[in-house]
Order: sequence, then C-alpha cells, then structure tokens
Amino acid sequence: MSVKSQSIQSKKQSGQDERLKKISPLRVLLNRPELGALGGSILVFIFFGIVAGDTGMFSAYGTLNFLDVSANLGIIAIAAAMLMIGGEFDLSIGSMIGFAGICIAIPAIYWGWPLWMSIVFAFAMAVLIGYFNGIMVVKTGLPSFIVTLAMLFILRGATLAITRLITGRTQVPGLRVLIDNDPLAWLFATDTFQWLFNWLGSMKLIELRTDGTPLATGIPPSVIWFIALTLFATWILMKTRYGNWIFASGGDKVGATNVGVPVGRVKISLFIGTAIASTIFACIQVLDAGSADTMRGTLKELEAIAAAVVGGCLLTGGYGSAIGAALGAIIFGTVSMGIFYTDVDTDWFKVFLGAMMLIAVVFNNYIRKKVTENK
Amino acid sequence: MSEYLVQFNNISKFFGKVIALKDVTMKLKKGEIMCLLGDNGAGKSTLIKTLAGVHKPDEGEIIFENKKIVFDSPRDALDIGIGTVYQDLALVSLMSVTRNFFMGREPQKGIPFFKTFDIEKANKIAAQRMGQIGIDVRDPSQAVGTMSGGERQCLAISRAIYFGAKVLILDEPTSALGVHQASMVLKYIVKAASEGLGVILITHNVHHAYPVGNSFTVLNRGKSMGTFQKKDISREKLLGMMAGGEELDKLEVELKEMDRLSKN
Repeated sequence: MSVKSQSIQSKKQSGQDERLKKISPLRVLLNRPELGALGGSILVFIFFGIVAGDTGMFSAYGTLNFLDVSANLGIIAIAAAMLMIGGEFDLSIGSMIGFAGICIAIPAIYWGWPLWMSIVFAFAMAVLIGYFNGIMVVKTGLPSFIVTLAMLFILRGATLAITRLITGRTQVPGLRVLIDNDPLAWLFATDTFQWLFNWLGSMKLIELRTDGTPLATGIPPSVIWFIALTLFATWILMKTRYGNWIFASGGDKVGATNVGVPVGRVKISLFIGTAIASTIFACIQVLDAGSADTMRGTLKELEAIAAAVVGGCLLTGGYGSAIGAALGAIIFGTVSMGIFYTDVDTDWFKVFLGAMMLIAVVFNNYIRKKVTENK
Repeated sequence: MSEYLVQFNNISKFFGKVIALKDVTMKLKKGEIMCLLGDNGAGKSTLIKTLAGVHKPDEGEIIFENKKIVFDSPRDALDIGIGTVYQDLALVSLMSVTRNFFMGREPQKGIPFFKTFDIEKANKIAAQRMGQIGIDVRDPSQAVGTMSGGERQCLAISRAIYFGAKVLILDEPTSALGVHQASMVLKYIVKAASEGLGVILITHNVHHAYPVGNSFTVLNRGKSMGTFQKKDISREKLLGMMAGGEELDKLEVELKEMDRLSKN
C-alpha cells in the first residue's frame, strides 16, 4: 500500500493540488474506532498490575477467571457491535440468553431428547426470533429500540411461564450428566490445552491443588469462542462485501438502498446474529453450571451495548469495530473480577461501568466529528 | 437508427387526483447535455424519478437505444445504463472513498463462500478514477466526510460512470455548492458528455445551466414548455420562462409602485 500511495502522492505533488498534506501515523491511529478501548484496556491492566499485582489476580487461575468473564460478555458484545454498526439495537439479548437456556434444558431433561438435539433446537429458535426481530424492524420501520424492548419482555415472560408450566420451578438442573459423550456439547463445555496446563503444573510453574493437579485446568470454551468470533467478525467487517454492506446500511440507509445494497436483508441477518450469539452464551453457561435458570442473562443486553460503545461503536450506526467491542468486553470483565482483588468495595463496579461508558461516548463523539469534518 | 440515445415520449404521471406530469417529451443525444429547468414544484423530481425507474409513468413511453423500455425498479434503469445521482448523493460520510465508490458492487476475489472484498483493486480503481477528474484523494481509505461538497458530487458522478452509465441524470448537482466548487462539478459534467455520455442536468439555476447546456427543457406546473437549443434562446428568456420570470416582472412593478407611493 505504501508504495502505491507514494507513487500517487508524488504524482500529485508535481500536479495542481497545493493542499496536499501528509497524514501523520498518529492521525491514522486516531481514526480507528478501537483506539479508545485499546487505551482503556491498557490503563485497566496498568492499574490492576499496580494495585493487585501480588494478589493472584494475574496467576494462571486468576487470569483465566477474568478472561472467562470477559469472553462471555465479549461473545454477545461482538454481535451487538455488528448490529450497532448496521444501525440497530437488540435489547432482547439478555432475555434470549434465558430463553435459549430453557430451550436446551427442558427438552433434554423433561422430554428425553439427546442433548445435541436440544442444542440444535435452541439455535433454531434463535434464528426464528432473530428473524422476527429483524423483519419487524425492517418492515414496520419502527425503531429497533422499541421492537426489541418488547421482545425483551416477551421472551423473559415466556421463559418464566413455560418453565414453571412444565417443571413447576424456575430452574432446570441435571444437565451435567448428559454432557459426556454428547456429539455437540463438547463444543461449549471442553477446556482446551489441558495438556499444556498439566505440563505447566508438573513443572510447578502454575499453582496446584493439594492433590497435585493444576488449579487452572485449561482454556475455557468461552475464551476460544470469543477469540474465534472476534476474528470472524473482523474478517467479515473489514474483508468482505457483506461487511461493506453492514457499514453502508448503518451509515445511510437510503443511500445504501439507492446504490443497490440489500439493506433489509443485511439488518435481518444481523438480528439473527445477536440471537445466535446469545444462544452460544447460553450454551456455555448452561453446560458449565449444569442447569438453566429463567433469570439467566438479565441485563446482559445493556452490558453488551456498553462494551460495544466503549469499543468505539457509534449509537447512530455506520461506525465501529469488532476488535473494539472485544476490548470493551475485556475492560469490563477485568474490572468486574479485578475489583475483588483490591480493597475497593465491589458495590462500586456499576459506578465504574457507567462512568467508563460516559467517557467513551464523549470520546467517540469527538472522534466522529474529527473523522467527518470538512477539511 | 434514430439519432437519440434516449427518448421520453408524452410522459404523464398522476398521484391520485394530482397531475404531477402531463405529456412531457424529452429527447437526448449522445454527448448532449440537456438541462431540465423549472421552479420548485414544477415536477422536476417526479420526472427524474420516472426516468430513474422509481415511478412508473401512467402514460407515455421510454425509448432507450431504439428499444421501448419498462422499468420495474431503479435497479432495471441502472442495469441498462441510466445512472442517477440524487441530491443526497448516496454517499456515507463515515465510510472511506473506496468503500463508497464500490458500495453495493464490491469487487470480490477468492474461492466461493470465502470470497473477500478485493480492497487493493478497489483502492487502485477509486484513486485512479478520482485522479482522472483532478481530485486528489490523499488516501482512498480516508472518510468521505473529509471531502468537500464538490468532491463528493464528483465522486458520486464518477461512480455512476464507472458502473456503466450511458445516460447520467444529475439532480441539482450544484445547488449546495459555492462558485468554485460548482464550476469544478460543471467542468466534470462537460468532460463526461464530451466522452459520449448523455447528461440530463436538473437545476433551477439558469446561471449554472446556461454555460454548459446544449439544450434546455423548461418544466412549469407539470407541463413541458418546450425544448430549446442554446442558439435559439437567451439566458434571460430562459429565466423568464421558468415560473419565476413572470413573478419577478410583477415584483418589479410592485416595487416601482411602492417606490412611487413613498415618494408622494
């Protein structure tokens, strides 16, 4: 790229345009949506490095702990970010998590379905609900905020009502025994790189339990999903035609339609995306806990949107990045876990979350003006 | 073979009881710039939307390269080579020059299901195309929001031409621009016509239209007041024919009257 742009620039320098100026690398960096989140996460790590560096927060076990929390949030934050870039919100993410949880648990426990079949069923329901959200927003032209707010209540209510109707309770335990030998469940329930942790344990490089096995047994599935989804979403956004359509749909719906972008289809697919991400989140949590809870995922939609915003997504759409959302999730995950290792009362976490988001929005707004200002 | 690239014969369009257009006829040759003039509400927007395939005409026919054409959607018009640049330009200011240039028609590479947007090729084409009009895109990955109004207009026109427009319909391309920017855009329009495109330039600014136009069609209250070659009509006469002319005369008389009264 540098060779090409240089040849263009040198040609121009001899030409007519006297206003040509070099853009500094700093400026290029400033124009990236991830910048705020990157700076934020560095600050967070420096802070906890100083305050909690000797407490075990950054031991193998502690690190995996806060990474696991970050990764879970990250999975839904990335999907929420893509939808936000496409110009819409999904407030039903949290309720979808609860609903997907019982879609797995009830068939598996009460109807005798094999676990893999109920997982497939949960994903099928996610596609349907995402499609419904999308088609409602696209066809009615109503703000997605309202449509998905309605879905937030509908899904949470249905989750509670159906579960109580069928089981008489609000929790469905007993899934753990079904995980072994299931052809699908391992995708959401296996710690990877166990050999590495065993080896590190045998070398006494990481903490061990009293029986000699390592305290941290492997990379949790959430982290693998999180990394894979970050890469996948970034590839889509930056490298594919569909990615360009997402930016276009969120940036200017009318303009995009006029040049032939199928805006409706793009938005519907993004709503399906957030519902699927919620279901991945639900699979990991339900299989990890061995039970589904009707209240699982409550308020997660707001945390996901907060992480996306901290990661540089504009609320107006058309701008943002998946890596930014991932970093936003890491900031929240790290702080929510790290706060236990400090003397700070954990009650303050939400204060931090809100303040962080406010700073991010002000910062992003400033950046957006910088990017679009007429020079 | 008729000498006309595109003909719009006796086009009428009704919205309920409202007669938006009545018997409008326009003919465009290759390399010709036809200016469509008219005051607000004269039916300019309805006419171009009909030409661009957004509205279907209720009466009349569109003949493109000697074939009768019926458009079902704007996409049809686009596909046969009628490129329309609307006032809003269909540009996303937060997106880069390249991403805007190829929006909806991104070049791809790679194997099926893993096709990627060929951004290197797209950057090269966008920079080259913009360079041809003398617009220096410092970096094709810069946001369109950083460009001037005239540059944006040129980008939108250049995009329409690149994607195969034979007829360019430009909706008020100079209305929001200053003198310098407007002349940059008009220069580009003349250049495009000299390369064989037919251009329909919609404007209510006679001062922008007259220097570049070859012929002029004046719309007034949904009807065509005729098409005039440049040699047959003066700038003042054109201005007079747009609804404004008569009213400006009246205004002048009234002002004189007021002047006279105040003197007494």
